[in-house]
Amino acid sequence: MTKDTKNPPIDRVDGRMKVTGGAKYFAEFEMPNTAYCVIVGSEIAKGTIASLDTKKAAGAPGVLGVFTHQNVPPIPGWDAPVQGNGNGPPPGPPSGGEKYRILHMNKILFYGQPIAMVVADTFERATYAASLVKATYNKQAHQTDLEKNLEKGVTPKGPRFADYSRGNADAYKSAPVTLEANYTIPIEVHHPMELHGVLAGWTGDDQVMVYAKTQGVKGTQKAVAEAFKIDQKNVHVHTEFMGGGFGMGLRTWPQEIAVVAIARKIGRPVKLMITRNQMFSLVGYRPKAVQTINMGADANGKLVGLSHDATAETATYEDFTEGTVSMTKFMYDCPNVSTKYKIVPLDRGVPIWMRGPGEATGAFALESAMDEMAHKLKLDPIEFRLRNYTETDPEHNRPYSDKNLKEAYQKGADAIGWKERKAEPGSNRDGDWLIGYGMSSGTFNASKGGAIARAVLNADGTLLLQCSVTDIGPGTGTAMTMIAHNVLGVPVEKIKVEYGDSALPNSPQQGGSTITSTVGSAIHQVCTSVKKALTDMATQAGTPLAGLKPGDLTVADGFVSVDADSSKKVAIGDLLKKANLTTLDKTEESKGSEKPDQQKYSMYSFSVHFVQVRVNPATGVVRVSKAVSVADSGRIISPKTAASQMIGGVAGGIGMALTEEAVIDHRFGRFVNNNLADYHVSVSADVPHTETIVIDKPDPYINPMGAKGMGEIALIGFAAAVANAVFNATGQRIRDLPITPDKLLRTA
Amino acid sequence: MNQFQYVRVTNPKAAIAAITKDNTTMFLAGGTNLIDLMKRGVTAPEKLVDITRIPLNTIEKTATGLRIGALAKNTAVAEHELVMKNFPLLSMALNAGASPQLRNMATVGGNMMQRTRCSYFYDTAMPCNKREPGTGCGAIGGYNRMHAILGASNKCIAVHPSDMCIALVALDATVNVAGPKGERSIPFGEFHRLPGDTPQKDNTLQPGELIMSVDLPMNGFAGNSHYLKVRDRASYAFALISVGAALKMSGNTIQDVRLAMGGVAHKPWRLTEAEKFLKGKPATEATFKQAAQIAMKSAKGYGENDFKLTMAPNSIVEALKTATKTA
Ligand SMILES: Cc1cc2nc3c(=O)[nH]c(=O)nc-3n(C[C@H](O)[C@H](O)[C@H](O)COP(=O)(O)OP(=O)(O)OC[C@H]3O[C@@H](n4cnc5c(N)ncnc54)[C@H](O)[C@@H]3O)c2cc1C
Ligand code: SF4
Repeated sequence: MTKDTKNPPIDRVDGRMKVTGGAKYFAEFEMPNTAYCVIVGSEIAKGTIASLDTKKAAGAPGVLGVFTHQNVPPIPGWDAPVQGNGNGPPPGPPSGGEKYRILHMNKILFYGQPIAMVVADTFERATYAASLVKATYNKQAHQTDLEKNLEKGVTPKGPRFADYSRGNADAYKSAPVTLEANYTIPIEVHHPMELHGVLAGWTGDDQVMVYAKTQGVKGTQKAVAEAFKIDQKNVHVHTEFMGGGFGMGLRTWPQEIAVVAIARKIGRPVKLMITRNQMFSLVGYRPKAVQTINMGADANGKLVGLSHDATAETATYEDFTEGTVSMTKFMYDCPNVSTKYKIVPLDRGVPIWMRGPGEATGAFALESAMDEMAHKLKLDPIEFRLRNYTETDPEHNRPYSDKNLKEAYQKGADAIGWKERKAEPGSNRDGDWLIGYGMSSGTFNASKGGAIARAVLNADGTLLLQCSVTDIGPGTGTAMTMIAHNVLGVPVEKIKVEYGDSALPNSPQQGGSTITSTVGSAIHQVCTSVKKALTDMATQAGTPLAGLKPGDLTVADGFVSVDADSSKKVAIGDLLKKANLTTLDKTEESKGSEKPDQQKYSMYSFSVHFVQVRVNPATGVVRVSKAVSVADSGRIISPKTAASQMIGGVAGGIGMALTEEAVIDHRFGRFVNNNLADYHVSVSADVPHTETIVIDKPDPYINPMGAKGMGEIALIGFAAAVANAVFNATGQRIRDLPITPDKLLRTA
Repeated sequence: MNQFQYVRVTNPKAAIAAITKDNTTMFLAGGTNLIDLMKRGVTAPEKLVDITRIPLNTIEKTATGLRIGALAKNTAVAEHELVMKNFPLLSMALNAGASPQLRNMATVGGNMMQRTRCSYFYDTAMPCNKREPGTGCGAIGGYNRMHAILGASNKCIAVHPSDMCIALVALDATVNVAGPKGERSIPFGEFHRLPGDTPQKDNTLQPGELIMSVDLPMNGFAGNSHYLKVRDRASYAFALISVGAALKMSGNTIQDVRLAMGGVAHKPWRLTEAEKFLKGKPATEATFKQAAQIAMKSAKGYGENDFKLTMAPNSIVEALKTATKTA
């Protein structure tokens, strides 16, 4: 069954809807009498509002309300103590300081902070009225530059972020070959195509309907319920489709809660869709990070010591943390390892996880350094990694549940044509262009959380699957379909999935590459339960299979049949009729990580990225001319959507490596390239043909499908592969992303 | 965005008459730049005169060359047979700009009139002498990676962002305009201006004047043309540096040459001195390098754009190498 056989490539089940406009995104929903909200943002990064003139705006045509810190409607639950999970009241600053709610005070904590929310009967009128709100400020000196504030770094609380060391932390210093290098990544903004926002309307005194842009409807349901101190049952949240999330939808943002409050106040549904410009300041970003790697190796290419320090930015009013140094702890066989992770509070909006989160940041440093060291050692970068390969997790001293990274290196190397790589940088030329090859690896924790799923098998052989999970694009619906098909043999086209609604059974939010494992397990479990009910029914007296053992039976194509002899069978419809049932309706809860196996093994997904680049040394232009990504993430449930994930990772990775950077003019604390003409995500012309390879071997322990997540690993490490290829092409090592032409010309 | 009036006209006379003397009325062509500026609050016209119904979109042969209507779409020009055959540099430059969707909307006149992409110009909360004279130049001492290295002033270091204009200035185009005082022709090189003390003025068009067409004289450059655009991503990005090169070759000798650069100045920058130097010289990398040095004589960086001092001459050499190879 699913674990032992590869899955066929089925089409994305919602593909047709998406390309024909049938898939509805939050802003496309309508509620009668909807009003529109537009946010006015602060023009300074720090200080207080001296005056706020809203008169003109309030008097503009169609305006229903101008809400500021002087008249914001109450959010009663936000007076409650903080819960620290991003769904209750926004967590406060860890060590004193000002907390941030929204429109709750005249203090400005970051550029773009909402100072007014203008509501009118049409979007255009709200937009115009918002332009009439005029503020003056008492400015205070702000700090928005991470590099100038590194000494303010603090170690965040929690065991995950504590300084780590094993063996002798200083061992790298006395190794025969040493490397010290600093790496920086800039602020990156997620920029999904769909803008953020919410549509909320109160359908009763204590009842609200919310169309959100969230990666978890249940999380948003909880956030709204807590904010307004109402029963979760009375909060209905719907997000079936999302036009990309990449992490931005992993929390319910304060302005979205404020919209719910305003809708209650004015007695009309209110829709907010922030502008592209506001996407830079109101919904998080990948924090800028400065990292130092120290590495020591012996002459045989064996790692002696490794140390990784990372410092990243956060807001003054809230801590944001991620696993930037995690990979360094367990990726390679090295006896002496230390890591430090610090965050610096700046006068900036708070960051949020962005695809591959901190691991992508950390992998850029670690995997660049591995390449630098390989070069010093005159070793092929793959060979260097193989000499430090480990079958057991050196951080936790336990085996990996499943790791096929050697195979992945080999397959990727073959596909890119690694043997064409010249060890001597700058020695491979094609006319005016230099050619280079680079590789890197990536890894991300694999886990299984708890979720509930419902399956309804109908007499006509159709199957309905339900779970509240939001499909943010990876193909969750398709994976659910495939898993159910594998258990119950219902043809794919007869399976319907319903998801993205808080009225459906509980699922965690879509993030951290866990959903195929988590929701998939629940689907597997509930379908197994349906199957068991069927085989039980089939073996009862009065059926053609009476007296047989349920375990010897199979369910497929509308029949229960004998495993060994498929001519002995009974139709599911007949079984239901006999039992006087119209449907078989089961709901099952799958628990997260309940198996002891999950403590015995370290579970990770792994990836390897290979690229070929062409660099024009005269202009500094870098083009990725070939890319190969290999995923070692257990059994692949849905090969087509998995490949899409990987191609998306390459597109995002090229952006991270070559083009993406949100620039702040620190004199003003403001972004200067806050639009998509100036903030460069990679476009189609930047992304070459990408070969995706999956190892597709089941992880024996993680879950019944043997499947692990792959959303993050598709990106993690990719930027390093590009930087390494650029070095191979030119001999220039760029440690400061993105690798734009000016940097190559500067270091030339 | 302000409330504004919208009127349509169908002939040049009506368009010119509709324009008042102040800048509260503006022509609307493809709208791909003007509407953005209005949305960002950079421009707030009270009246828009939609000129797209004026029949000025033809591309025709004239006694001396080609006449391109001011309302011809960028795509139509780039793909026009006579343009591709006689002025491939113009096709290449147009196709290097923006995206297909934008080029389908954008007009020749609008392209010439597009404003700088300087971030400070676009953000009304920032200082900018071009948007609000006297407030200072945000880019000097700030984010000026995209900015000028030639012909800038201490009031403004913005660049003109057009690709098309680089080809037009290189190809000795003439701009025909009509206004309240009648018609006149402006050599392309004199259409745009340097910032000096009045960076709010991008060009020499007078209030109420309408661009009618652009004339291109026939030349012998079709066989050896190249437009090189160096940018931060492979497509859909403004030039860091661009070079338009068109040559007439006789064997390996440069008989005649036109060179212009984008991404370096407040106007499309013609490299007249370098052209003079190249005429009659052999097409070798060494001569190209010398020409590039000549072109860069008075160049000056402003910090973040210092790399252009290397990229620009290198790009001139690259463009010349490619153009002289294409025969
Ligand atoms: C995201 C983006 C990327 C872009 N990238 C590039 C690029 O890489 N390279 C490039 O060259 N360009 C680029 N552009 C700019 C594009 O080329 C211009 O926006 C376009 O050419 C403007 O033409 P339009 O007809 O739309 O002008 P409009 O926006 O209609 O008008 C622009 C100005 O010209 C005036 N005007 C228009 N026609 C006339 C006329 N006949 N007489 C007098 N005045 C007139 C208008 O009053 C207005 O002030 C980009 C634009 C965008 C939005
Ligand atoms: S360079 Fe010119 S356009 Fe840019 S800020 Fe300075 S004055 Fe304004």
